[in-house]
Amino acid sequence: MDATLLEMRGISKSFPGVRALQDVSLEVLAGEVHALVGENGAGKSTLMRILGGIYPRDAGEILLRGSRVEIGSPTQARQLGITIIHQELNQVPALSVAENIFLGREPRRPPGLVNWDQMYARAGRLLAGLGLSIDPRRRVGTLTVAEQQLVEIAKALSADAELVVMDEPTAALTVEETERLFRFIRDLRARGVGIIYITHRLEEIFKIADRVTVLRDGQRVGTYTVAELTMDELIRLMVGRQLTEKFPKEDVPLGSPVLDVRGLTRQGLFRDISFVVHRGEILGIAGLIGSGKAEVAHAIFGAGPLDAGEILLDGQRVIIRSPADAIALGIGLVTEDRKRLGLVLPMSVRANITLPVLRRLRTAFVVRRADETALIRQAIHDLDMAVTSPEQIVRNLSGGTQQKVVVSKWLQTRARVLLMVEPTRGIDVGAKVEIYRLMTALARRGVGIVMVSSEMEEVLGMSDRILVMHEGVITAEFPRAQATQEAIMASAAGRVHRGV
Amino acid sequence: MESDRRSLAALRKLPLARLGSVLRRFGIVIAFALLVVILSLLSESFLTVSNLLNIARQVSINAVIAAGMTFVILTGGIDLSVGSVLAVSGAVIAGLLSAGRPLLVGIGAGLAVGAALGLLDGLIVTRGKVQPFIATLGMLTIGRGLTLVYTGGRPITGLPDAFVWLGAGEVSRIPVPVVIMILVFLISYGILTQTVFGRYVYAIGGNEEAARLSGVDVATHKTLVYVISGVLSAVSAVILTARLNSAQPTAGVGFELDAIAAVVLGGTTLAGGEGSIGGTLQGAFIIGVINNGLNLLNVNPFYQQVVKGAVILLAVLLDRRLR
Repeated sequence: MDATLLEMRGISKSFPGVRALQDVSLEVLAGEVHALVGENGAGKSTLMRILGGIYPRDAGEILLRGSRVEIGSPTQARQLGITIIHQELNQVPALSVAENIFLGREPRRPPGLVNWDQMYARAGRLLAGLGLSIDPRRRVGTLTVAEQQLVEIAKALSADAELVVMDEPTAALTVEETERLFRFIRDLRARGVGIIYITHRLEEIFKIADRVTVLRDGQRVGTYTVAELTMDELIRLMVGRQLTEKFPKEDVPLGSPVLDVRGLTRQGLFRDISFVVHRGEILGIAGLIGSGKAEVAHAIFGAGPLDAGEILLDGQRVIIRSPADAIALGIGLVTEDRKRLGLVLPMSVRANITLPVLRRLRTAFVVRRADETALIRQAIHDLDMAVTSPEQIVRNLSGGTQQKVVVSKWLQTRARVLLMVEPTRGIDVGAKVEIYRLMTALARRGVGIVMVSSEMEEVLGMSDRILVMHEGVITAEFPRAQATQEAIMASAAGRVHRGV
Repeated sequence: MESDRRSLAALRKLPLARLGSVLRRFGIVIAFALLVVILSLLSESFLTVSNLLNIARQVSINAVIAAGMTFVILTGGIDLSVGSVLAVSGAVIAGLLSAGRPLLVGIGAGLAVGAALGLLDGLIVTRGKVQPFIATLGMLTIGRGLTLVYTGGRPITGLPDAFVWLGAGEVSRIPVPVVIMILVFLISYGILTQTVFGRYVYAIGGNEEAARLSGVDVATHKTLVYVISGVLSAVSAVILTARLNSAQPTAGVGFELDAIAAVVLGGTTLAGGEGSIGGTLQGAFIIGVINNGLNLLNVNPFYQQVVKGAVILLAVLLDRRLR
């Protein structure tokens, strides 16, 4: 059972201007769930990309079952029995579930045709084994994100992997689905598979992992037995400092209503959504994936059409047809998916931050470069962004810094209402606290904040008031003092609780 | 011990790494320089002022189209209709001028036709939500047909001397087409690097959805890049028609490919969002120098195409390898 499966020794890797990994070692046993944690930019992804054959390493060696291996490509990694389930799903939406599972290694029959019967049968067995009732003939594009994630996991398991790397596998899963995944991981472990588990949800480590390796700033802090650690110790190891408070929430006296929405409805997504946000207030909207909460925020921002309902800003009825309208009216939207919706990855920090406010920074058609530079310098300083220059390309920044760029973008618009969808998804503890601190500072300045989040802790920790959505309707409203995790979970699962 | 070995390895790697970063940054310039050196060794007449000016004049037609193409490709689109738009514009200009209309009316009408066809391209792409490849492929065919209808399939000749000067004249030894090309690139450079519009072009190509959510009017700006492409095709039509002293019904056939090749050689990615107008100018010159060199070396014209295609592929392969 405790045979060493994988050894990575003295791995180093540099990118132009960044030292991503420095002499990092990692040892995984067969039949072990080994958690890999660290703040954003600590080097977790880089280490796993080297293991997966995506990046070449600068120094160090990799041993599988005691013998040295060279992993030059993802295909080689797979042949060696290493499977990586990436955070971003790599699926072909137009193909069926079975086709996705067997992509590149379809069961054949002579003379080289796809053996469809066998493929569907095997996919069906695989999904059933996972307790999933998904038709293997369904197109992946019609599945929910959570289902897609589970299909991705099924795919990894079908490859007969000896070593499975899971990068934030529960990010889009509900509590039940997470439990199912954990049962599965335990199953794999019992079969002697080694599992590297990457997550920002530290409580999961205590549920599922045997040992944990902590990375910080591209170096290994150490490897620990989970049973001998506490959450606080783990956080301290990751951050390298004591986090004084996780939720720097301040009580801000509420001002007049700034955003008032009435009866917002979008067929099939949400209906009859009404709420008021005051100046200085942080309104949390909780709910499971697919409850329609993110869609409400997008609709208010003019990014998705509304079938019915009206929006009032400072008491005035407004018509918002596009994001440009919303911005002009003083509404900002921090999107949930920074790479897909929030950032223009090949552009510089400078160009990303000023994108929504370029109109303010121009004379005739020309950008006033000096004014822009002054604004950018201030922005970088205000949010303490880890960038070497405003011209740095955002693609090369760590997740936490990228998220700061997204938030900073909306600070420049001097919005009176800021809609924040999953404002801290996939960023580390330290960066989270900084984002929370910023929210508090904005509230103090009289901004009305709507925080849409699937992370119960931050909803409870940061909101003045909490709305809960389930299948497109608001099922509950709690003032801060009366909100509990249990009550919110119950409402998110569909129990109606209104009028407190 | 181990750290010694590692630092030694790092040392050995250093000069190579530096060479790598130099090649990455100046790869296309180096390829260009190499080409020039080889050609000047092979042919005595290559590195002469008159031949270099000749190359610049020949390059100007493709370069001006490629400048417009750069805008389109930076947004993640493509414009296959440039050759046909050039033909229509050239025919309209020649038609009006040969009928005795004033110079500015003729040229103005030609540019307006280019803008209008570009606008149509842009509207089909943005409002009609048709893939740029298909939309401009349709326009390619329509434009060619319109040219044949307008010209009746025959060249239009009898153009005034003042117009011909635009293709054959010189301003203190520099050919007028080269002057036009330089102006086009200076203005394009200014637009792409200094204006809000330029920023939006890169943003749309880099991530259209993020641009839209940042309040960028994506449809309008995307439409505008096709208008720019159409206008610059018409500018190129002015140069070509003036140089040939006539409008040919088959003018500009296949020009879209040379323009796309120049843009891609210049390092702009077809996916959009990354690239530069300066790179396009270099790309256009590489293609021009290859054409010129093969002529000077008396390579059989049938083989010239093969060589040209191969050199373009090699240059792009080299560039991708170094990145």
